[in-house]
Amino acid sequence: MNALAKKKWRALIVDDEELARHIIRELLQPHSEIEIATECANGFEAVKAFAEHKPDLIFLDVQMPKLTGFDVLELIGEKVSVIFVTAYDQYAMRAFEVHAVDYLLKPIGRERFEAALARAKERLGKKMPAAQELAAAARPPQQFLERVVVKDGTRVTLIPVTKLDYVEAQDDYVALASQGKKHLKQQTIASLEACLDPKCFVRIHRSYIVNLERVARIEPYGKDSRLAILSDGARLPVSRTGYARLQSLLDERK
Amino acid sequence: MHPLFTRNRLGLYLLAWVPLVATSIYSLVARGALDWWHATAIVVPVFLFYAFLCLSAWYPCRATPLGRVSFIRLLLTHLIAAIFFSFIWTRASGAFTYAVLSPEELAGLTRQFLPQVNVIFTVGVLLYLLSVAFHYVLIAMEDSRRAEAQAAEARVLARDAELKALKAQINPHFLFNSLNSISALTSIDPSRARDMCVLLGEFLRLTLGLGEKTVVHFSEELDLLQKYLAIEKIRFGDRLKTHEAIQEESRVCMLPPLLLQPLMENAIRHGIAGLPEGGIVRLTAGRQNGRLEILVENSWDPDAPPRRSSGLGLRNVQQRLEARYGKEAALRVMAEGDLFQVSLSIPLESEETA
Repeated sequence: MNALAKKKWRALIVDDEELARHIIRELLQPHSEIEIATECANGFEAVKAFAEHKPDLIFLDVQMPKLTGFDVLELIGEKVSVIFVTAYDQYAMRAFEVHAVDYLLKPIGRERFEAALARAKERLGKKMPAAQELAAAARPPQQFLERVVVKDGTRVTLIPVTKLDYVEAQDDYVALASQGKKHLKQQTIASLEACLDPKCFVRIHRSYIVNLERVARIEPYGKDSRLAILSDGARLPVSRTGYARLQSLLDERK
Repeated sequence: MHPLFTRNRLGLYLLAWVPLVATSIYSLVARGALDWWHATAIVVPVFLFYAFLCLSAWYPCRATPLGRVSFIRLLLTHLIAAIFFSFIWTRASGAFTYAVLSPEELAGLTRQFLPQVNVIFTVGVLLYLLSVAFHYVLIAMEDSRRAEAQAAEARVLARDAELKALKAQINPHFLFNSLNSISALTSIDPSRARDMCVLLGEFLRLTLGLGEKTVVHFSEELDLLQKYLAIEKIRFGDRLKTHEAIQEESRVCMLPPLLLQPLMENAIRHGIAGLPEGGIVRLTAGRQNGRLEILVENSWDPDAPPRRSSGLGLRNVQQRLEARYGKEAALRVMAEGDLFQVSLSIPLESEETA
């Protein structure tokens, strides 16, 4: 009777395939200490359900429509225990190993499931590794970010990097300028820079990354610095090293 | 770079000049113009110099490839070059002789050879033109060697593409997800789990069987597609809808095996799997103007997160088509709004040639 007195853990199952969700549900059945808060068929639902149910544990499929498992983790923050689920993704698997994240491979076997669950329970309440780092580690070499996921309050916005004009560092945040709007995101400018294609995006200043496509011209400004004028009229400072980077990139493109 | 330098055949080329040099020395000595020693000292450097001058014919020869420029231009180019180089040669040789020989020896030589300077000049022109002919032969040899190397490389690439295609058929993602679905069905609906095992088995057997052939009937490929779609329908449930419009006569057409399956797989992996509400995959095929026309359409989300290895399947199909049909086959990819289309057009093959 002691077991019933224990606190119940709340779990979320996120997978776009109903049969895949069913297996996890079934494997969880003997665990009376875990209660399934709800099931989600895609990332958006997962983000919403997370805010609503505040689960302790999430079974999260990596490949899903709209938002991937990594996107979901990034949006809900790291204060939750996540067990990733994937069918076959060698890069993601390596990233999980490196960052000591629990994961399950489909088809999911009971033994593996129990082991992952036991480890996840030990880690309950502890922080997950940073989602952005994990996602970056799971990306195949030479493949760069194609879109940025931003949460404005409860709204989730996907910004394709082709529509990104420039990025401005603001303390622990970055402001992403896209189509006349600015979106705030909690990420350092250096970690974002590392995910962007260096052939398209240049760090022109300690606090600025610019989309090369948007630069209309460079004007001298003061003694040692310059201004980049973008096609929409925005003016960004260019440091001396930033100018050198810009130049070498433009030379490469010729 | 001149091919003689890059291929270490300079010695052979210079050897060809030896008879000419020997004859010249002999004739100088025989006529009593110079002694052996002096004749050799003059003739060898003079001809060595011209041997190298004649190598420069390589450049005009490359600039005016045979059969691609008019005969007049060909003739003019080489004749002008020949006159120019022969002129330089005779002048330089004269100056050299003058510098090397003593006045008495020079007087003897001049008496005999000054009237013949035009003949020497003409010989220079002819030697240069001979070198032009030699260079054209050289270029032809280089070209055929390169063409051979390219053909060999193309064969290797085609073979590679085939092998990769066959390996790629059994996509691990598909296999593991299917096994996961079967595992789920064993407790929900055991008889459907058994159906799916059978379907998966048949699919694998067909894939292996078809992969061994070079061409198959379109109907065989369709069989495989149906198995594949049946499996994916169990996995995706209501999210995957399919529609087929196959012209009856097209079923007997021949095509390389496992060409459509990657297209169908793309339609599902990059199309349907990216849509929370799912979508439809449409397959249309028919014979038209001596060609087999196939169209695979699927709904997709243009802003979907990028999936791994996207485009690999398409590129592979493209390579296999090129290897087999050259420019006769066409693969077109169109994305319009939320509709993604891949069209395939291949020339009809009769069964006898297969």
